[in-house]
Amino acid sequence: MLKRTPLFEKHVQLGAKMVPFGGWEMPVSYPAGIIAEHLAVRSSAGLFDIGHMGLIQIRNTKYEIRNNDGALELIQRLATNNASKLEINQCQYSVLCNENGGVIDDILVYRFADHYMIIANASNADRVLSHLKASAGGIDVSRWQDRCALSIQGPQAVGTVEKVLSVSLSTLKRNHVLVSNGMIFSRTGYTGEDGIELVVEKAAAPKIWDLFINANVQPCGLGARDTLRLEAGLPLYGHEYDEETTPLEAGYGWAVKFDKGEFLGKQALEKEKAEGLRKRLVGVELDGREIPRQGYEIFDVQGAKLGVVTSGTFSPSLKKPIALAYLTPHPPYTSPIFISIRGEKRPGKIVDKAFYKRVK
Amino acid sequence: MSYPEGLKYSKEHEWVKVDGKVATIGITSHAQDALGDIVYVEMPPVGKELAAMQEFGVVESVKSVSSLFCPVSGKVAERNAALEKRPELVNSSPYENGWIIKVEMSDPADLNKLLSAADYQKTLPPVSKH
Repeated sequence: MLKRTPLFEKHVQLGAKMVPFGGWEMPVSYPAGIIAEHLAVRSSAGLFDIGHMGLIQIRNTKYEIRNNDGALELIQRLATNNASKLEINQCQYSVLCNENGGVIDDILVYRFADHYMIIANASNADRVLSHLKASAGGIDVSRWQDRCALSIQGPQAVGTVEKVLSVSLSTLKRNHVLVSNGMIFSRTGYTGEDGIELVVEKAAAPKIWDLFINANVQPCGLGARDTLRLEAGLPLYGHEYDEETTPLEAGYGWAVKFDKGEFLGKQALEKEKAEGLRKRLVGVELDGREIPRQGYEIFDVQGAKLGVVTSGTFSPSLKKPIALAYLTPHPPYTSPIFISIRGEKRPGKIVDKAFYKRVK
Repeated sequence: MSYPEGLKYSKEHEWVKVDGKVATIGITSHAQDALGDIVYVEMPPVGKELAAMQEFGVVESVKSVSSLFCPVSGKVAERNAALEKRPELVNSSPYENGWIIKVEMSDPADLNKLLSAADYQKTLPPVSKH
């Protein structure tokens, strides 16, 4: 049985195509279509239901312990980034690894005045919860049952949220949070644009959704969320990340802080760093219009296999096929490379993973 | 979504319009809607011989790639060159400007295996209202 977010009825009313994703029944697109939704986010703003994401609270059960030292220590032992650097109302990208350095999930870690919060991917949320609980000791780790998240993304997103929810966000920095009127405003996103991720009471979510729809913000489904994150070169669990892949290989070495003390997977990651990466994530652009899809193989000029595509699409902004791919660790990678599409080797070139960069 | 009378339909969501010996082939309104924004159509070369229900190309949407099957046997007589620059015509005009290929039929009896508009619609999932 697929789970539904509090906004399910809103999606159906708007004519969305609903699909299963990570155990949830979610909108893949609305009648405007993926390309129009994508371009709305690039040019103005788009509204996403991200109520499928797992919101996990971590707090000390002993009220007298100040500063959540125990909760922080738990996060420090399991996540790769250094959560002790977080100020109150700040968040950071981090990774949960197994002892081999393989990725259990990539997450956002939030610090609030009296607790921490982790946002996990929908398909991994149960796994992350039990993983944290297994090491929790006396720390309280639990789903935030009565909350869900929405996301407003695009160059006009912040101004739209300010207007629609009567809040001032202009001084809110990237990866910082404002708590106001029982809502969490987080200046984060997964589209390559400026934007706000909102954590609200589930009961209030449909009304808040309607406020944005009535302000003519384009609703966007998982299809546009995928093309937007892919253009920005952002990894998606199940494609660029799995338990056989390390954050170093995905290009997220900056989120692995070896100098912060012990954490799960540290030894394996240090070893890989010293011995060299087993594979490396790159961006690929194709000349034609055929789209490289997950699993398609990549070859060099001599016909030797270089690697495999993990995500591919037609880029609505660049109007050409793009892909992320893991290549074997033997640079230099010289273009052209060749991607096998339905038995034909199509030429392409290796490019920066951030296919699209926003103009700041 | 519409399914014009007078066309023949395959269960694989192609339509066929017959004019003498020439069959024009495209994908149905249901198929283009299910695929979403179409960004590439791969078509066979003119002159290629196709057997009935042989795969003759693919249509790529942002989300997925799907095979195209030729409902009739024959020789490719023409391909819709407009789709090379504007594949989205398959979405906006699936039965007119978004046609894909024309085939000179070798066996008109192939048409007997195809469905009427009414019978094709019976093969589609009911429109979900949840």
